[in-house]
Amino acid sequence: MATVNGEAILSVDDLRISFSTYAGEVQAVRGATFDLRRGETLAIVGESGSGKSVAARSIMRLNPESNTIVRGGEIIFEGEDLLKLSEKRMLDIRGPKIAMVFQDPMTSLDPTMRVGRQIIESLKQHLGMSGRQAAERAAELLELVGIPHAEARLKQYPHQFSGGMRQRVVIAIALACDPQVLIADEPTTALDVTIQAQILELLRELQERLGMSIVLITHDLGVVASTAHRIAVMYGGKIIETGTVREIFYTPQMPYTWGLLASIPLPTADRSQDLIPIPGTPPDATDPPKGCPFAARCPYAMRICEDEVPGYTTFSDEHRAACWLHHQMAPNVERPARITGAK
Amino acid sequence: MTEQTQNGSANGRPLLEIKDLKKYFQVGRESLKAVDGITLEINKGETFGLVGESGCGKSTAGRVLVRLYEPSGGEVLFGGKNIHEAKGDEGKVLNRKMQMVFQDPQASLNPRMVVGDIVAEGIDIHGLAEGKKERLDRVHELLETVGLSREHAHRYPHEFSGGQRQRIGVARALAVDPDFIVADEPVSALDVSIQAQVINLMKKLQRERDLTYLFISHDLSVVKYISDRVGVMYLGVMVEMAPSEELYANPLHPYTQALLSAVPIPDPDVELERERMVLEGDVPSPVNPPSGCRFRTRCPYATEACGHEEPVWREVSPEHWVAACHCIT
Repeated sequence: MATVNGEAILSVDDLRISFSTYAGEVQAVRGATFDLRRGETLAIVGESGSGKSVAARSIMRLNPESNTIVRGGEIIFEGEDLLKLSEKRMLDIRGPKIAMVFQDPMTSLDPTMRVGRQIIESLKQHLGMSGRQAAERAAELLELVGIPHAEARLKQYPHQFSGGMRQRVVIAIALACDPQVLIADEPTTALDVTIQAQILELLRELQERLGMSIVLITHDLGVVASTAHRIAVMYGGKIIETGTVREIFYTPQMPYTWGLLASIPLPTADRSQDLIPIPGTPPDATDPPKGCPFAARCPYAMRICEDEVPGYTTFSDEHRAACWLHHQMAPNVERPARITGAK
Repeated sequence: MTEQTQNGSANGRPLLEIKDLKKYFQVGRESLKAVDGITLEINKGETFGLVGESGCGKSTAGRVLVRLYEPSGGEVLFGGKNIHEAKGDEGKVLNRKMQMVFQDPQASLNPRMVVGDIVAEGIDIHGLAEGKKERLDRVHELLETVGLSREHAHRYPHEFSGGQRQRIGVARALAVDPDFIVADEPVSALDVSIQAQVINLMKKLQRERDLTYLFISHDLSVVKYISDRVGVMYLGVMVEMAPSEELYANPLHPYTQALLSAVPIPDPDVELERERMVLEGDVPSPVNPPSGCRFRTRCPYATEACGHEEPVWREVSPEHWVAACHCIT
């Protein structure tokens, strides 16, 4: 897999994460396998409850310790399994090597602390810089993420920044120690479109300049089309299809991906035609289906789909999908014509 | 679509006439000009889409239209009558004819009431059902209309998914047989596959019941898809208004152009070739908006003159209105 576009910097193998709750065990991630290559952006796409954020947080080991159950799998980074590292060793990775940007910039910044101190803190902690060095570096970082008047801005509090500027601060903090991997969990979802465009532009620019690898978690296929190199589609705790951006958008192989693409209104859509929604609702994570997670909503579901989890079928070096329709005994099903840009 | 745009003004006057509507909020000693003079008409049976970024005043405008707020200036005529002067029974009738669907179905449904009572609240207030039997029949019918089942009447809101809750919100609005519905970001909190279900439902109901919608959203693709005409707001004013296809094919105002250009298109090849117009900076504060053209602080074509020349709201081609400045000929 990793041969085409360079080596994998992070490999997640058969990750299974559950949470114990009053309602029972919530099986959030039920076997996710993917890798992240050096310098690429991998988008993990899925709807709420698909497990995409939990999978991303597992890489940083940020899921609540009290009720998280690791049911299996491994996350290999620099030859070590992150799931097995001690919390103390994890401190050397979380921040300096793998950093994260969250959806809501207001909640990820401390409202009672000046922005400068929030950046300087990690510089002192992780890189052992002196106060003066750290302050200089903090100003540099703000300039790097496009915040003018950096010196003055460092003395301000988060509420004095606009939403877009706050997200830039969060990105600056994430970049403080020059991480190799950046995990961005819905980084633009809380922002207006014109601000979203600024932030996406910034991420692309930073990636080019710093050679970072990015895991982008999002539900927005528009954002994916403009920023990602590869896509992993998650549903019901599983990755049901992965491939390059073009493969997923133009030759998707799994009915859930078809449904996802067909249900977005395109700017070019014919208004007299109804959108094609996916009927029903996602599966219950406390009692996940035995077979394919999408079987209950899939218009092409066969008997086996409900009983057994489909294996992956490979379509190219990058493109794989888990669907029984690709079994040699399955009937031939044509991909619906009305999919984004389907050529 | 076409049948919707054809009627409306044909039979006399539009359903809703909004004239120089203003809504200011007092913030300390200053006033926040949330809506600062918008003029438009909404025809019977059409969907008018209102788009803009957060803080542009689109939600405030929607709320003034259903009498949740008193306007600070201007007037709103519904069927020729000023809605904010209506009192007593007249006011009650207006409350019935104009309904609202909110963004967050979780927050807009009372968690302590069963769905049947939530839906029937308007029926009770307006005395639309005689006796328990008729009330229950109407609730069942409404739930089925929005794609739920009658058994759902006994359940509480938390037992439903987001998409189902939004259907309950729609059922509640329909319960009093309204003419006009303001839908404020009705699908923004929903996943795309569920979004499509709710949009299709709203379109179907409009066809069946000849409803008129004001559809407020920040999602330009959704707005284009559902609306007959679209208005773009920026800092309390309307900068452009046109039939949906026309606005997207031929945006004239620099802000509309920037907004459309910022929307990422879910098609990688299109994205690759697109020239993007990325706006600098943020939206200024509505407490102290820029003089002259409000967009000038972010406008790539701004000149010194923009600081004192107010753009003129004019019709540049049939039904295509724009706040015209020097860059629009």
